[in-house]
Amino acid sequence: MDASIIPACEFRWIMPEIMLTGWPLLLLIIGGLTKGPVASKISGVLCVIGSIFALYFTLNLWGTNLDVFNQLYSIDSYGTFFKALFLCILILVSIVSLRYADREGIGSGEYYALLMFGVLGMMVMTSSHHFITIFIGLEVMSLSIYVLCGLLRGNATSVEASLKYFLLGAFATAFLLYGMAMIYGSTGILDVVELKKYFLLKQPFSTTMFVIGLGFLIVGFGFKIASVPFHMWTPDVYQGAPTSITAYMATGVKAAAFGALIRVFFTAFIPFQFGWSEIIWVLAVLTMCVGNITALVQHDVKRMLAYSSIAHAGYILVAFITADRALASSMLYYLMAYSFMNIGAFTVVIALEKKGDNNSEIDSFAGLGVRHPFYALCMSIFLLSLAGVPPLAGFMGKFYVFSTAVKAQYYWLAVIGFLNSAVAAYYYLRVMMYMYFKETIGEPGSVDKAPQYGLVMVICIWALLHMGIFPKTFLTIAQKAVGIFS
Amino acid sequence: MIGIGIGFKWFIFVVAALVATGSSLMMVTRKNPIHSALWLIVTFFSVAILYVLLNATFIAVAQVMVYAGAIMMLVLFVIMLIHLEWGAQWTSSRSFAKLMGGIITIMLFLQILAGVFTYSSVGQHGIYSAQKLAELGNTRAVGGLLYGKYVFAFEVASILLLVGIVGAVLLARKRKD
Repeated sequence: MDASIIPACEFRWIMPEIMLTGWPLLLLIIGGLTKGPVASKISGVLCVIGSIFALYFTLNLWGTNLDVFNQLYSIDSYGTFFKALFLCILILVSIVSLRYADREGIGSGEYYALLMFGVLGMMVMTSSHHFITIFIGLEVMSLSIYVLCGLLRGNATSVEASLKYFLLGAFATAFLLYGMAMIYGSTGILDVVELKKYFLLKQPFSTTMFVIGLGFLIVGFGFKIASVPFHMWTPDVYQGAPTSITAYMATGVKAAAFGALIRVFFTAFIPFQFGWSEIIWVLAVLTMCVGNITALVQHDVKRMLAYSSIAHAGYILVAFITADRALASSMLYYLMAYSFMNIGAFTVVIALEKKGDNNSEIDSFAGLGVRHPFYALCMSIFLLSLAGVPPLAGFMGKFYVFSTAVKAQYYWLAVIGFLNSAVAAYYYLRVMMYMYFKETIGEPGSVDKAPQYGLVMVICIWALLHMGIFPKTFLTIAQKAVGIFS
Repeated sequence: MIGIGIGFKWFIFVVAALVATGSSLMMVTRKNPIHSALWLIVTFFSVAILYVLLNATFIAVAQVMVYAGAIMMLVLFVIMLIHLEWGAQWTSSRSFAKLMGGIITIMLFLQILAGVFTYSSVGQHGIYSAQKLAELGNTRAVGGLLYGKYVFAFEVASILLLVGIVGAVLLARKRKD
């Protein structure tokens, strides 16, 4: 029996994960001891504090590169980058929830505990190069989110969203697991880095089972990043879920899925790039076109943002296709920019929503420029960034992503991407047109002027401007993060 | 399973595989949920036989005890307690959806078949051969791996279960108002 003993000192490398395991347990206990709005407030504040601590521990790990726990888990700059991103998302979403979850009556110790467990799953998923750990991390994340989606139990769309996401998600997970099993069956290896070495040794390697496994892997990940044709759940789930959770899903889950996808494909499957890049090419074009064109006809802002998030997944896939490991930083930069602009936009949607009403018709934005100029200004900045207008981060993100495609001589792809972002500008600007050039329609709903929302919006705007005007700093960080692939 | 002729083993495999496929097909096509649940038990048992053929006796026993025993008991209880046996009348007749679903299912099935029939064991082999397992003991090997090499994944899996429990309580709890 080869006893694989784990030295106790390895636990200091996973302080963020330990933090995100212990802290939610504490929140669960507090949730059991207190009741009602008090419980919600206490656990919300504790959640923010815990996430800040975890972020501190994560930032301390920057620059460390090592494998721990028998190669099941790795601490590297790539994982640390994503961990920090998830924790930023968690902090912002919890600050929004301090107000939103109270208003909707879903705030409790369990709500924040599940938010933190979800981030734990994302972290585990992106910082491992072992299929088993990736899979379990993905499941922890997904399970937390299935529950969070259905929290508005009085609301039929929320329950529908939860059930729909659960059923389709379980199906997609089965594909992912089947893909991993087939790759394991044809190579006998579960570790992505080992796979890479094995392929280099055994070139050219190709068995039917391996090819099918690779295809299933693409389907499984394609579902989680909401790429067409695996996107059908996205609009319904994003619309039905509590809006704070929509923001969390649209940014966190997408970033986590991309994190794991990039790590797996850029480490192990680079030798097969000529094979999968063609599949992904089609997926990327479909994702951009379907996402943008369907978003054009939406009247619900939440739904429109859902389709726009599909389109953004397409833009990121454009850079993914090139399989240029040095330029993978463009995807990381894009994900970072995308997270901040989406959380910001969803926060404005939350501020305009009425209690118990899960719909956010575009009409409710009419005349916002007069009624509440600050929110209108914030929303305009987020929309302009989503549309890709300089000097905001969205522009630099698109610029890097498309220039990656051009450098790798995928000219058509870059052209299609560029045309798509021009189409996208229409529906983003339409919301702005409603805000500034339309009279208020009907009786204006009250606008929630809670300081929490303002704080999150200001943070997001600061991040977008900083990333847009000084992109070099952030790009250098992203480049260091993807350094592990070369 | 050492010592049994290869022909007999093959025969058992074919029977168990056919029963597993047939009963799972029956399970998804039954209209009465109780029938579905009973067919699922048959599936679990025949899959357990497949595990035994693969020398994975521990997994086989766990499969029978946990899935065929405990979990199916719960499923049947749930169906009876909320009176699903009469409620779920599947009256949808969207033939287009059924057609598309059928085509996609057949395509996927053919893909998997293609993978299975062209399978050749080209990959690396693990350190646990049948002989080694026989002298070490199956349970010990699984336990050693679970608490040794894979302990990190094992610990994260415990969080997964905790999330499941918390989620179930959260969704099923009575509303306060």
